[in-house]
Amino acid sequence: MSAAPPSPAPRAAVDGETSRRRGLGWLLLVPGMLWLAVFFLFPTIQLFFTSLYDPSGSYEQGYTMTWHVMNYVDAVTDTWNLFVRSFAYAGIATVVCLALSYPLAYAIAFKAGRWKNFLLVLVIAPFFTSFLLRTLAWRTILSDQGPVTSFLQTIAVLPDDGRLLATPVAVIAGLVYNFMPFMTLPLYASLDKVDHRLIEAAGDLYSSPIAGFRRVTFPLSLPGVVSGTLLTFIPACGDYINAELLGTPKQYMVGNRIQSAFLTEHNYPLAASLSLILMAVVVVMVVLYIRRAGTEDLV
Amino acid sequence: MAENEADAGKDLRLERLTKRFGDFVAVDDLTLTVPRGSFFALLGPSGCGKTTTLRMVAGLEDPSAGRVLIGDQDITHLRPYKRPVNTVFQSYALFPHLSIFENVAFGLRRRGVKDYQQKTRDMLELVQLGPYGDRKPAQLSGGQQQRVALGRALINEPGVLLLDEPLGALDLKLRRQMQIELKRIQTEIDVTFVHVTHDQEEAMTMADTIAVMNHGVIEQMGAPADLYENPVTTFVANFLGQSNLIKTNVIGTSGGEIVLDCHGQKLAVAAARSHADGRSAWLGVRPEKIYASVAGVEDRTDADVLTGGRVTDVSFIGVSTQYLVAMPWGQELMVFEQNTGSRPSFRNGDEVDLMWAPDHAFLLDADQDAHAGMMRPEDRE
Ligand SMILES: Nc1ncnc2c1ncn2[C@@H]1O[C@H](COP(=O)(O)OP(=O)(O)OP(=O)(O)O)[C@@H](O)[C@H]1O
Ligand SMILES: [Mg+2]
Repeated sequence: MSAAPPSPAPRAAVDGETSRRRGLGWLLLVPGMLWLAVFFLFPTIQLFFTSLYDPSGSYEQGYTMTWHVMNYVDAVTDTWNLFVRSFAYAGIATVVCLALSYPLAYAIAFKAGRWKNFLLVLVIAPFFTSFLLRTLAWRTILSDQGPVTSFLQTIAVLPDDGRLLATPVAVIAGLVYNFMPFMTLPLYASLDKVDHRLIEAAGDLYSSPIAGFRRVTFPLSLPGVVSGTLLTFIPACGDYINAELLGTPKQYMVGNRIQSAFLTEHNYPLAASLSLILMAVVVVMVVLYIRRAGTEDLV
Repeated sequence: MAENEADAGKDLRLERLTKRFGDFVAVDDLTLTVPRGSFFALLGPSGCGKTTTLRMVAGLEDPSAGRVLIGDQDITHLRPYKRPVNTVFQSYALFPHLSIFENVAFGLRRRGVKDYQQKTRDMLELVQLGPYGDRKPAQLSGGQQQRVALGRALINEPGVLLLDEPLGALDLKLRRQMQIELKRIQTEIDVTFVHVTHDQEEAMTMADTIAVMNHGVIEQMGAPADLYENPVTTFVANFLGQSNLIKTNVIGTSGGEIVLDCHGQKLAVAAARSHADGRSAWLGVRPEKIYASVAGVEDRTDADVLTGGRVTDVSFIGVSTQYLVAMPWGQELMVFEQNTGSRPSFRNGDEVDLMWAPDHAFLLDADQDAHAGMMRPEDRE
């Protein structure tokens, strides 16, 4: 390289190069953007307008747009308890999932040796049958004459006339069961990436296995904890199958209300505003959560 | 830690330590003692078992056989975190989620040391990373990371500090500087250092004792000068510095010397420096021990003399001139001569006689490979 100041020509060439590269980056985004536009953005906008239709309209006579903001107020006063229940169930289910999945993912990542892949297949095996069928099977498992109920009655955890089906326990158990792979897989992925030599180094620096886990392994697995809890909590908030099949109207969640508003009552403005409220609340909670997880006080 | 202080004053002993990975023997029946407070260097080619040995001392690898002791305490099966031993890992193994400060403070905090903040700041100064405390390891250069690894182990003032090539990633200037720093710290805090290195110069300048390791066994152990002047195997002779190894036959002994026949010329070597017991043997002479003189001019009866050499290569190095001298039997011998300026240097084709004092040579078993332990030029530092 000569020491002469760069002439304008090569610089222009460099600029051309970088802008071409940037152009390629955008090009790669196009398919995803299109997909999102068609299947997410347009429906959401449509949903937004629907939520502001006049509630006096009906499925048969059609709706008129009156920017009826009161739909939202009505939706909240009507179903706020369902929201609370949804977030409570989803939250409990997420915590239980985490408690069950973490040791499982840890064992697969660190202790399974050559059984690793086999165990991972087992984790996703439930996906080979339909969500609906599996939840129906849980009806049988938790039924009043079923093995779990009678066992719990025998050991007196459950009173003789106690039941599991049609209780919050059943709904939460269903949520846990159905969403557990979404927790286990990201946890496994980040635990598997943890460098064993770091754990050895912690041991070398006076950390007992427990202290080493707390100071090194767990913090390094946090990305998996965050994505796992999100992947579990978000869909669990909107779920209605578990409440419908394993619960009663007393256990219904927002999803059930949205479903019946859309499909049974054809009250589209109510259903749309409920959906948007749910979406907004979940987004706010997720943003707060990620902000907090990004700092060290989660450790 | 009370445990630490009690153990700090004791020797590190390895007794018949063996590590097998399946059929492969990585460390083979190793026995050695590292006196407390000494600087011990483990030197050897890649894959000879140095890291494996350190890992057994640190408790990160279970020995297949044998024992590790500090003083009289058998720590062979003690968990790593209970050992008064710290390691500077070859791969650094810095905690990526913690700041440099927290990395260095890690050991102190786990032991609940109160004024860890001040000590950590002092250590960061010592390894010249004062301003970097808030960074994460990924934001440092390789050499800086290596110094964090060093500080993170040193700060604990362990009884035994294991250093697995701790200076490998540093440039020459920084490495010399850290060598001096390490040596100073070691004398100051009276810690036993076990230092693994590829760099023979590093080992020789820093260590009280060097063990040369090859294929899982220690070929020779001793003070740097002893190892250099009186190697017992061809591997050590070639691995530490350079040696001329000349094929000879033993023809007798006379007055504490062994008499040798070297392609028809008679040579002698001190019996105390003979490590051979066959009919034939390798006679070893270091290149700088050989004096070359114009053929037929000097006749020294007190020296070993080989006549009939012819200079085939002259390289001027600065402090010295290095000659290659072809002998009548075809071998080329290396001769290094200091540039004192007292006489003109030889030129290609000059006829020379080579001579050296009999107690500067050494005799090695002939059944060894004369090229064992030789480094290709690109491996030399
Ligand atoms: N976990 C293991 N399983 C199988 N073989 C191993 C294992 N660890 C080390 N080895 C083998 O043992 C031998 C010694 O390895 P070690 O790491 O002790 O070498 P080293 O002397 O430290 O080499 P280097 O200078 O390259 O670091 C090598 O041949 C290596 O392949
Ligand atoms: Mg090594």
